[in-house]
Amino acid sequence: MTLTDATTPTRPSRRRLSTSKAMVEGIAQEMERDPDVFVLGEDVGAYGGIFSSTTGLLDRFGPERVLDTPISETAFIGMAVGAAVEGMRPIVELMFADFFGVCMDQIYNHMAKIHFESGGNVRVPMVLTTAVGGGYSDGAQHSQCLWGTFAHLPGMKVVVPSTPADAKGLMISAIRDDNPVVYMFHKGIMGLPWMAKNPRSVEPVPEESYEVPIGKANVVRPGSDVTIVTLSLSVHHALDVADELAGDGVDCEVIDLRSIVPLDTGTILESVGRTGRLVVVDEDYLSFGLSGEVIARVAESDPAMLRAPAARVAVPDLPIPYARSLEYAVLPTADRIRRAVLRTVGT
Amino acid sequence: MDSQLTLDLYRTMVLIRTFEEAILREYHADKKPVFDIGAGQIPGEMHLAAGQEPVAAGVCAHLTTDDAVTATHRPHHFAIAHGVDLRRMAAEIFGRVDGLGRGRGGHMHLFDPGTHFSCSGIIAEGYPPALGQALAFRRRGTDRIAVAVTGEGAANQGAFHESLNLAALWKLPVVFIVEDNDWGISVPRSVSTCVTSNADRAAGYDMPGERVEDNSVEAVYEAAGRAVERARAGLGPSLIEVHTLRLWGHFEGDAQGYRSDLEGVPGRDPIPTYEAALRRGGVLDDIGVKNAQEAARQRVEDAIAFARQSAEPDPASALDHVFA
Repeated sequence: MTLTDATTPTRPSRRRLSTSKAMVEGIAQEMERDPDVFVLGEDVGAYGGIFSSTTGLLDRFGPERVLDTPISETAFIGMAVGAAVEGMRPIVELMFADFFGVCMDQIYNHMAKIHFESGGNVRVPMVLTTAVGGGYSDGAQHSQCLWGTFAHLPGMKVVVPSTPADAKGLMISAIRDDNPVVYMFHKGIMGLPWMAKNPRSVEPVPEESYEVPIGKANVVRPGSDVTIVTLSLSVHHALDVADELAGDGVDCEVIDLRSIVPLDTGTILESVGRTGRLVVVDEDYLSFGLSGEVIARVAESDPAMLRAPAARVAVPDLPIPYARSLEYAVLPTADRIRRAVLRTVGT
Repeated sequence: MDSQLTLDLYRTMVLIRTFEEAILREYHADKKPVFDIGAGQIPGEMHLAAGQEPVAAGVCAHLTTDDAVTATHRPHHFAIAHGVDLRRMAAEIFGRVDGLGRGRGGHMHLFDPGTHFSCSGIIAEGYPPALGQALAFRRRGTDRIAVAVTGEGAANQGAFHESLNLAALWKLPVVFIVEDNDWGISVPRSVSTCVTSNADRAAGYDMPGERVEDNSVEAVYEAAGRAVERARAGLGPSLIEVHTLRLWGHFEGDAQGYRSDLEGVPGRDPIPTYEAALRRGGVLDDIGVKNAQEAARQRVEDAIAFARQSAEPDPASALDHVFA
């Protein structure tokens, strides 16, 4: 079964799961199906993942398949690379994306390049899961999104779910993919009991196994006046703004990218072609990243498509501040999104 | 030591040296009179392993092609000793379509899934993937092992220490090899390293550590035998440092002006030394030497000819193989 649109599963499910539980369910179903799938990382065992990305897997599958590692990201991510080269399908967790600095060589020089350097003779089927995002005063080293950094470097797919159903389906697709897939989950979408959660972080999730295709964006709200291209937690802020502005006569289309490598350029162009207006909302840094990339793809296709200048709502090129007042001044909040949309539609 | 085994070790070393001399010849053939690293039939950096043959020959004599080897930016000797196909390896060094990586990798990025051989151009970063290969071998209930190779400069890298700890902690079937050729490009180990033997560092990770001091293939063979046996028995990793010799420069084009030991280097060449020892032991004579050299020459020249006739990759295929 393949869900091309997570809002319309083939068999409607009333069962509601948090994003984290949906993600774990996807992992568990693949571990049941394929003995080569295993999980390793820091605190993925008894703790169940700091952000509940592996809860219950140790009890169910045992320490041979759910491995707590030392705080040695280079060694254990490299280990996942080696295991994948030998045909296993590791899921390896980098606790925070912010920690990539201690292990990036294994990620971008090994995980992402071996297939290419081997002329296609070696495959590296692995999933690198990592928590991203801010909004809870965790400071400059524990709040970044950084997906643009990973997406910039060739050889790894990058998926960024925003809902429980997508979290499960994208996880299953990522595990089955023969390429390395970086799976970046925002802490604010996980539905954690100890962190403010968006209202859509607990939603119906089909019980059976299914794939959400990597590289296919989802038009989560159709609209005719302006296209909001976004991903991850910002999808929910964008939907909130769209609901609010609908009352003011502004009809927003919201696109949840779900994957940024590959980037579903077709869905973006189709939408902007209709609305003529584009706002990109991205919790990553503003410059040299995803927001510029989306606008460039539109400009490369047809600059005349835009009837108003494109707008970007992103983190304006500074480290994420600690103080709540400062952090919320730079995150892509609903307020900033609303202002950008109104500016773009000219009201 | 069994005379057939000693002859095999000798022949492996001769094959490696013959290959490296041929690459040296081909690399420089069209870079005269002015050396341009990016020009010619073999462009780019070229790190040749002449002088380090005893390490590869002595270690790989214990392996089959079901075992894994992760090597370094100076990988040819281990690739050859482990049984990587000479033709496809040469073609990759020439950047041709019949190369191991269809010309995408180059001499520092040789991947041969058939022999579980790989190498990395990043210092010490070949260690972590070897752990994963070892883990996969153990999970599948085999006694296959992974051999991870670095130079002595890598022993000061984080990846080295993280890998030793994790391999020892999980008793992984890994043999760690450190090739101490005295030089991290231009920096002598006395300037870079706080211990006189990196094998001493094994104690910090609760694993056996052994230093082979004299670049002797038989001593390497003996030490590697102990480590491989331990790994296959499920007792965990070992660390072996071999004090070897960088006979030539760090890379081709390196004038080695920094090198204080240069004068004595030719006299430390391990192949004539071993050849003389085998002659003294009655294992080798003029005919044996000639046969070994001729057999190596034929295989190497066949590989070079294969590489030369292989086509350059089609520019239209440049975007292939980024994803599976």
